[in-house]
Amino acid sequence: MVSLDSTLIVLPAYNEEASVGDVVREIHEKLGAVACLVIDDGSADDTTRVAREAGATVVTLPLNLGVGGAMRVGFRFALEHGFSNVVQVDSDGQHNPESVPDLVAGLESADIVIGARFAGSGDYEVRGPRKWAMKVLSAILSKICGTRLTDTTSGFKATGPRALALFAKNYPAEYLGDTIEALVIAARADCVIAQIPVSMRPRAGGTPSHNPVKAALYLGRAFMALLVALMRPSVSVHTPEATRPAGTTA
Amino acid sequence: MHPMNFLPQLLGILAAVLILAVVIEMLRRRRMRERHAFWWLGAGLIALIAGAFPSLLDGIAGALGIAVPLNLVFFASAAVLFLVCLQHSSELSEQEERLRTLTEEAALANERVRALTERVEALEGDSPRPGAAD
Repeated sequence: MVSLDSTLIVLPAYNEEASVGDVVREIHEKLGAVACLVIDDGSADDTTRVAREAGATVVTLPLNLGVGGAMRVGFRFALEHGFSNVVQVDSDGQHNPESVPDLVAGLESADIVIGARFAGSGDYEVRGPRKWAMKVLSAILSKICGTRLTDTTSGFKATGPRALALFAKNYPAEYLGDTIEALVIAARADCVIAQIPVSMRPRAGGTPSHNPVKAALYLGRAFMALLVALMRPSVSVHTPEATRPAGTTA
Repeated sequence: MHPMNFLPQLLGILAAVLILAVVIEMLRRRRMRERHAFWWLGAGLIALIAGAFPSLLDGIAGALGIAVPLNLVFFASAAVLFLVCLQHSSELSEQEERLRTLTEEAALANERVRALTERVEALEGDSPRPGAAD
C-alpha cells in the first residue's frame, strides 16, 4: 500500500452537513491518519461545524465560489503546508475512499489521475442523451490529453506535484472549469494525465437528469467551455523543483 | 429661427447639459472614477455640439453618405453604449477574479488564525481569554 503521508484529501462542500461528517469519518476509518481538508464553500448550513467535529481541518469561504474556487483553496493550502499530492473527494459520499490509494499510486507515472466511473467498475450508470454528450466530450478531451479518457467530468481526481503547482495558480472557477478547462490547462502544460477505474456509489440525494433539453444545454455549455479553454493562452509550470514523474516522456 | 424648430433643438441641448452635469457631479463626489466617466463625458460633449449646431451634424452625415442625419445620431449612440457595456463586462470579470482571490486569502488566513489561537490557548493553559475565537 502506498504512503499517504504527503497526500492531502480535499473535500469541497456546499451545504453538505448531512453527509460531510460521515464521509470524513469513513476516510479516517479506511485510510488511517490521512490529512483531510474540507472547504466549506460558503454554505448556509452547519457544514463547517460538522466537518470539524468529524476531525477534518476546515477552511470556510465567506462566499460561494463553486467547486473550482474551493479546489484552488485546497491546492494553495497543500502547497503552503508542504503536501505533494492532492486527492479531490466529493463530500456527498459518492466516492469510495478505498480507491484513494490506487489514485495516489497512479501518480508515480502521471501528474493527474482521474477516477473514472465508466471504466468497468461499479454499478453507476448514466443513460440517454446525457451519456452521448459525455461520450463526445470524452473523445475530444482524450485527443487533447493524449490518452483515452472515458469520464472527464469525474470529481474524483488525484493531483501530483507538477499539476499541484500549476493548479494552485491556475484553476478555473467557471462552470465546468474544474473538469474540462482544468484538463486542457494541464495537458497544454505537458502534464501526464491517466485514468483508473473506480466504483461509484449512488448519490445521497437527487438523480442524474435524462431530459434531452438539459442534455443538449449541458453539451452546449461543455463545448463552449472547451472552446474557450482552447482559445486561452497556455500556462506552464514555474516551479523548478517539481519534476516530471519517473518513466514518462512528453 | 422659427420657435417650432427651436424647441426640439433646445431639448437636445438641455439633455446633453443634463448628462454632462450628472457625470461631472458624480466625478466630483467620487461616485464615479475618471476612466468610467470618459465615455459618458465624450458622449455628452458630442450630444451638446450636435444639439447646438445641427448644421454640423447634417454636414457630417452628408459627407458620410447618410441620407437621414438622425441615423448618424442613432449609430453613434449605439456605438457608445456598446463600448461602455463591453468595458463594464470586462471590469466585472476582473472584479470577480479579484474577489475570488481575496475570498481565498481571507479563508486561508482565518483558518491559520484559528489554528494559532488553539495553540496559544493550549500553551496558556486553562485560562481562555474572553472573546477568543471558538
